[in-house]
Amino acid sequence: MSETYYKRDDLNRFPEIGKNAPDLAAKFFDWYGAVFQDGALSAREKSLIALAVAHAVQCPYCIDAYSRDALEKGSDADQMTEAVHVAAAIRGGASLVHGMQMRGHVEKLSM
Amino acid sequence: MGRSLQTLGSPLAQPRRQLELLDEHTDASFQERLEVERLWPLNADTVDVLQLNVGRVCNQTCRHCHVDAGPDRREQMSHEVFEDCLDALERIPSIATVDITGGAPEMNPSFRWFVERCRSLGRHVMDRCNLTIIETKTHADLPEFLAGHQVEVVASLPHYRPLATDAQRGDGVFDKSLAALKKLNAVGYADDPALRLSLVTNPAGAFLPGDQAALEKEWKRELLRRYGIRFNSLFTITNMPIARFLDWLHDSDNLSDYMARLLGAFNPGAVSGVMCRSMLSVGYDGRLYDCDFNQMLELELSEGMPRHIRDLDADSVKQRAVRVHQHCFGCTAGLGSSCGGATV
Ligand code: SF4
Ligand code: SF4
Repeated sequence: MSETYYKRDDLNRFPEIGKNAPDLAAKFFDWYGAVFQDGALSAREKSLIALAVAHAVQCPYCIDAYSRDALEKGSDADQMTEAVHVAAAIRGGASLVHGMQMRGHVEKLSM
Repeated sequence: MGRSLQTLGSPLAQPRRQLELLDEHTDASFQERLEVERLWPLNADTVDVLQLNVGRVCNQTCRHCHVDAGPDRREQMSHEVFEDCLDALERIPSIATVDITGGAPEMNPSFRWFVERCRSLGRHVMDRCNLTIIETKTHADLPEFLAGHQVEVVASLPHYRPLATDAQRGDGVFDKSLAALKKLNAVGYADDPALRLSLVTNPAGAFLPGDQAALEKEWKRELLRRYGIRFNSLFTITNMPIARFLDWLHDSDNLSDYMARLLGAFNPGAVSGVMCRSMLSVGYDGRLYDCDFNQMLELELSEGMPRHIRDLDADSVKQRAVRVHQHCFGCTAGLGSSCGGATV
């Protein structure tokens, strides 16, 4: 029973996505590479943002890749855990703040 | 306090077993990879640096140590071998730098005498210092001694925050390291241009080091802001799959992935800067190697080369073919790695 929908090796094979629609893949990979360069934000800060977003979108490939990348960029486990809390807080807060919509509906409907 | 692989009687205390294990877990041969890139043979073209590993004795037992050093080791360079090294330096004036490593090199009883002699021969001297040695009673005056002889200090600090440092080097090492760095600053290190202080960071785990220039900028800012500490440069060094780091990789089931990572990050542009091309390494018993890593794997200089520092002459070891094995992928991954940090 080792077959799963997510296969670890698919991450290494990601470039094969360019076998079809190669122009689009090339544009994506170029842009992706440029996004993570040192800029107004350092590459380390961008890597931490990527790690947090990876948790928000719950992508196991990105979590794998950016756990390693964040370490390689010089972050440590405390900093990475705080980044994941930021993602979790935004996710939790995003749910909770929609409670205001619920309250609006309830207030309108209730006597 | 942890114990060395040797004391534990681990099979990986044997260099031959380490080389076998590396072969078993690496999908390519370093030599073949260089052949494909038309970079074989790998030749040394000069000897600018003589690196002495003066013993396996250390006050620490770091988990990643490629020397398998520790307080339980006994091997030390004898006074006689130090004298052989000085004779070699007198014979070969082109060796500009003497790089002293260990273990904790300062624990060798001949260390200070040897530093003084090297300086009187006009050589630049580097001490690869683990910092915590400065916090021991017997070596408390080390900063003054090193400053007095203008010794360049190359000090290990995995991170400017405590977590990774203590995980790799032992509980409490971070605080002691900061205390030692402040003492080095206090005697002029990093402020006086003649007193260079470099920091070495290597990853606390099975991953590669980050970009040296970017990290240096951040480290300078953070060490100054948090602790008032100054230093000149940061060297990022890749962990070599040798001795205790190899043992940890194997035990934690990271070895194949780590070797694949080194292979995947192979950078042909890093080959010309590998340190064996410009240095020679001397073991505690006076034997000669291309680098400290080959020394730990007991890969002595190639056929026809002198075996011992007393037989070293100016020309024989230039243009020598370097002996390589799969651990060399650690020197050519990403931006390269050497005792002076990234190489490209
Ligand atoms: S890494 Fe350095 S300080 Fe740590 S045990 Fe080895 S020789 Fe000693
Ligand atoms: S491990 Fe030693 S011999 Fe191999 S490339 Fe690095 S410096 Fe050269």
